[in-house]
Formats: sequence, structure tokens, C-alpha cells
Amino acid sequence: MNPTSGNDLDRRRFLLTALGGAGGAWASVHWPAILEAAQHAAHMREAVPPAKLEVLSAEQAAEIEAAACRIIPSDGSPGAREAGVIYFIDRALATFAADQREAYAQSLPLLQSKTREMFPSVSKFSQASPDQQDAVLKALEGQPIFELIYAHTVMGFLCVPERGGNRGKVGWKQIGFDDSPAFAPPFGYYDRGDRT
Amino acid sequence: MVAQNRPRSSARQAMNPQVTYKPSEEVDFVIVGSGAAGGVLAKELSTAGFKVVVLEQGPWIPPGEFSHDEIRVFLERQLTNDSRQQPQTFRKTPQDKAEMHNGVIYGRLVGGGSVHFTANYWRFHEIDFVERSRRGEIPGTGFADWPVTYAEMEPYYTKVEWEVGVSGLAASSPFDPPRSQPYPVPPMPVKSSGVIFERAARKLGWHPFPAPLAILSQSYRGRAGCVHCGRCEGFGCEVGAKSSSLASVIPVAQQTGRCEIRTASYAYRVETNAQGRATGVAYFDARRQAQFQKARAVILSANGAETPRLLLLSSSPYFPQGLANSSGLVGKHLMINGYHEVYATFDEPLNEYKSVAVSRVLHDFYELDPKLGFYGGGGLDARFGMTPLRFGLGALPTDVPRWGKAYKDWLESYSRTMIVACHAASLPVEANSISLDSELKDAWGLPAMRMTYRDHPDDLKTVSYLSDRALELMNAAKARKVWTWPVHDQSFAVHLLGTCRMGNDPKTSIVDAHHRTHDVPNLFLCDGSSFVTSGRGQPTMTIQALAFRAAEEITATARRGGV
Repeated sequence: MNPTSGNDLDRRRFLLTALGGAGGAWASVHWPAILEAAQHAAHMREAVPPAKLEVLSAEQAAEIEAAACRIIPSDGSPGAREAGVIYFIDRALATFAADQREAYAQSLPLLQSKTREMFPSVSKFSQASPDQQDAVLKALEGQPIFELIYAHTVMGFLCVPERGGNRGKVGWKQIGFDDSPAFAPPFGYYDRGDRT
Repeated sequence: MVAQNRPRSSARQAMNPQVTYKPSEEVDFVIVGSGAAGGVLAKELSTAGFKVVVLEQGPWIPPGEFSHDEIRVFLERQLTNDSRQQPQTFRKTPQDKAEMHNGVIYGRLVGGGSVHFTANYWRFHEIDFVERSRRGEIPGTGFADWPVTYAEMEPYYTKVEWEVGVSGLAASSPFDPPRSQPYPVPPMPVKSSGVIFERAARKLGWHPFPAPLAILSQSYRGRAGCVHCGRCEGFGCEVGAKSSSLASVIPVAQQTGRCEIRTASYAYRVETNAQGRATGVAYFDARRQAQFQKARAVILSANGAETPRLLLLSSSPYFPQGLANSSGLVGKHLMINGYHEVYATFDEPLNEYKSVAVSRVLHDFYELDPKLGFYGGGGLDARFGMTPLRFGLGALPTDVPRWGKAYKDWLESYSRTMIVACHAASLPVEANSISLDSELKDAWGLPAMRMTYRDHPDDLKTVSYLSDRALELMNAAKARKVWTWPVHDQSFAVHLLGTCRMGNDPKTSIVDAHHRTHDVPNLFLCDGSSFVTSGRGQPTMTIQALAFRAAEEITATARRGGV
């Protein structure tokens, strides 16, 4: 990551705010802990995994990503595709969601078979038109394959970037979330000049 | 990924140098649990000169490793009990078959639940301790007075505020009980949600006040003030501004040179001798080897679910139905507090993801009018515990599609959304309980925890009543959109209360007014399990006040040779 980007600024702001409200004695005692916390936060930020697949095949990934892109579409602003949701899902299946690999493998064929059943001229979900894809997903709502992809898509859009999704923090920008490690009042519109 | 590359922390030892005892050495006290109560007891007893060993199931996590990663914290359970190792079952009534369901959630690390709690620290009111006398019997419940009054508790509430560090504004609520001292540090700055809540509440003639929080608004006793990172609810505090046991009392205990915090130590049995006295605690160490810590006295502060479970696991020929259970009431009268949320979206950004979860509270409905026809009471607060992921997966209004463009558009309301949370009393019902599952075992081969719980009908009516007031409030605030969900039976518990209740009568209670078990003279229980009634939520302040009070009595008794 670019060392002149937000990281250093964030770190500095964090340190300044942390120290701002405290006396000198506190600073000398707690400097190491604060520094450790800030370094850890910065380290975490730099650890965004590369965009490559480890668990899913290219074909599986194409089908899952097509579904993710209907769940959070990229219409005029970044969606699941730009957030790299598919890399989040692949990474999840290699780590905290490893026990769901089997569920994906078993239920993924349903995405194709449902597509063929509803639109006989289309062989793969990823090759269907957006409207057709929406119709297939609607038909699959509540089924394991939809619910798995759904939960993981939302997670991949909004998670911390070091989980492989939310690339460039596009999900956070979309919802107006700022991950700075420290803030100072006023926090929002309604608490400006009204501190009681 | 960083989290994966780090050493597994389950066996991590204390960060600070500390005394270590051999398990075979008889210490004065062994305390099970290092959370809100265990931390206070460890500090008080070691400071008083006693040798103390604290057995903690979980690891010692340095503040620098507290993560803002929701997956690490909520899905990988960095700070809480892990159902993959310690699965549980659940049933609504004793007549139902218990199914796999991990309803009990508690902190499992040094500091316990005080590490991840939201840190709301209002005191219980005078009525909470004498409500049975004032209100009369409630059929089908174990509604009872406490063997201690608010007036007796007051010095210990003050002690909590000054010893662990609580921010707030004294005399800011007309409903507050009397207090002897102001708060040691001023309240946290008001958030946008607090301003909106306060204006609307005043319009309705209600009495909002700054939230008392166990979070430092400025540096205090060598600890840092809050940096408003916004990760209080569910997360650990990297700067130590949240007044967890980990940040406040445990370092003091260690500095005495008499207290060892022993991590990765999973207590499974309190041993007793032929005289019916406790001799120490058997536990599994990090390598799952059985160990036994000898002690002159045993204190269980393992939380309102694990404390009764440990007593039930400690049955013997002398105590066939579980230790300290001659009343048959160990594990019973579980109370978990009612909870409900009303959401509202406004025109301008509130940015509620910044700073502490709660900045304004009101107690106008602390005691509901008996003429309503049901028992109850509660508090409302303006809050937002929604990290992005929790919001995206758990906050969706029923009239918004859960995927597609409309969903994505709704997500953009994140920074303009707030919550009014309702916190309510739970009635003590004997059938609601923690017990041992007869079939399921945990990863150590111990009988798994079984939760039996169904809200009393009055509890649900109370929550509905409070939800209506929250809706009224948000409508008075002229929110752009207001939404909530129907009130329903609860099956998840984070407030674990009442399962080893205090009382003067050994037939109807487990511990006496000073936390000594009626049955075993050198066995004490002090945590949420000691509660007789549930208050209106926010139990940790009272758990800690009880712990300071218990420590004082236990110290005096031990010095007289009475333990």
C-alpha cells in the first residue's frame, strides 16, 4: 500500500487524539501500548490478501460472482464486483468458513440447474441476462445456495479489507463508514454546537 | 492473513510479571473467573494480603490484539465462548426436548464479559431491592426481596465508580437513587443520537440524562481517555479506556505480588472433604491435563451460567444433587433481561459508528404503573451498536428488499440511522434455568450446558410497552423512517442472572447476604448468579458493587479465622 496514503495520517491522528486528553505521566507510561495498538492497526491495513483464488475453481467463482453481483449490483457505484466479494468468499472458505465448503460444493449445481429449468436456452447462471438472473435468484431465495451466497456477499462488501473483500473500502464508502481509529466530537450533524 | 499467522492465544500467559503458585500449594483463595466480579475480588483480596489464584478459561489478550474485524470478533469468537468447543442445548420449558442451540454468550478471556460489554453503568434503584414487599406476590414466580437494601449497597456503587472508573453526571435524572459522591470523571460527549433522543424526550415531558458508562471520558488513575473509535459494543478497547476488569482491577491485583491469573484453566469441579468443606478446584490446563489447585476457600465468579454448571458438576456422595444445592434451586430462576430495538433514519448524518454506543438514557418507565395490569419496568437509551456488517445483515426494515438495487440504496442510510434500545426487567421463574444436558458433552468430555427459558408473559408485555414508547419518541423526533420488529420470546442470553440467588433462608436461596453458600462454609459465589431480581438491564455495575461488598465481608471473616 502507498505509504503516503491515509495510513500514516490515520496513525498520526490516532496517536495525537489518544494523547490529547492525557497528562505527560500517562503518556510516558502508556506510549508503548498506544504505539503497539496503532502499529497493529496499521499492520492489519497493509495485510490485504492478493486477488487470487485458492479454494474455488474459476468456473465456480464465475457462477458465485454473477449471483453476488445481482445481490449488490454495480449500477453507477461500486458493488460486489468492485469490492472483490468473490475473493472474500474464496478466502472465507479457506479460513473461518472452511466448514461451509461442502455446502457450497453441494448446492452450487442448483444455480445452474435452476437456470436451465427456467431458461432452457441458457446453460450457466453467469451467462443469463441480469433479469433472468434475478428471476433465478428469486426462485432460490431461502434455499441454502442463495442464503450462503447472500450472507457472504454482504460480508464481503462490508468487511475489513484484510478479509479479501471491501477492496479499496468501496463498501464502506458506499454506506458512509469511516474506519479511522479515533474521532473527536462533533461526530455528526445533530451534535454540532449542542454539547451538554 | 494476520489473524491466522499469529500464535493461537489459548495458552497465552499473563503479559505482566506475576507471582506463580504451585497447584499443590494451599493458597488462601482460588477464584474461578476473572470477569467483572472475579477481577474485583482478586484485587480486593490480594490487596488485603491474601494469596489468590484466579482460574480463567480463556487467554490473556493484550490490548494491541483487540481487533476491529467483525469476523474475528463475532464469527471466530475472539472474545467469547466458542460453541464449537463448548456446545449447548436449549429448550423453552422442561417438558420440551432440548435442541442444539448456543443461547448463552459470555466473555471467555482475562477480564470476562467486561472486555466486550457496552459498559452501561446505571445503578439499580431502591425499588429493585424491595420490590416484592412493595408490589406483592406475583403468582408463578419466585419474585422476592433482596437480603440487602440500596442504602447498604450505596457505598459499594460509589466504590465501583471510583475504583474501576465510571463517567457520568450526578443528579441528572430525577429518578436516580441517592448517592454519596459525584462521578469521578465527567460524562462522555453527547452524540447525534443523544441530541435527537434528548430533544424528543423533553418534548414528551420525559427526563433524559447523560449515560453513566464504565468508559473514561478523560485519563484517570494512569489510564487513557476514550478516543471515540466507536468499537465498544462487542469489542475490546485497545487504549484501555473501557473500564474492564482487564484494564482496571486486574493490573492492581497483579502488582500486589500475591495474585496469579492462571489462563487456559477450565475449572470442572469444586472438591470437598468429609467435613463438607471445599478443598480447592480441579481444572483442565492448556494441555487438557487435569490439575488441582488447593485453597483454604473457593470463590466462584464464573458468571450466571458457568457458576451453577460448575456446582452441578461438583456433585458427590455428600452433595448428591450438586454442591451447595440442598435447596434444589442451583441453576434455577434464570433471568436475562428483556431487550428490544427501534430503528430510525434521519435526513442528515449522525455517524453513530463513532464514539461510545450510548450517550443518553431515560428512566421515566423504570416502574410501570400496576394499573397497566402487568408487572414490569425498564429504561430506554439512544444507541447504535451497529458495525457495518451487523447493519448489512441484521437491521433491514421489513419493507425493504433484502438484495438488489433497493437493498444497496438502503445500505446508504447507515450513517443516518440510530436505535432506541429498550431494557427491561425479567421475572424470576423457577423453570427458567441452567442445567446439565443429559447427552451432549463438550470438547473436554464434560456435560454440556442446557438453557431452559421462556419469557414470562409480563416480561413480553413490558418489552412491548417500552417498544411503543420508543416508537413514540422517534415519531416525536420527526424521523424520516421508523421501524422495528414484533416482540418475541428470547433464546439468546448475555445477561446471566439469578441462578444461585441470595437470601436468608437456605430453603429458598443458595448464598447468604454475603455470598457464602448456605451449605459449604468456605465456598462463596459472587457474580450475576447472586441476583434475586433482574433490575432493568445493565447488571454489571451491580455485579461489581456486590463483589466489592463481598470482598469486604470475606476479608473481615477471613481475618477473624472464620473462613
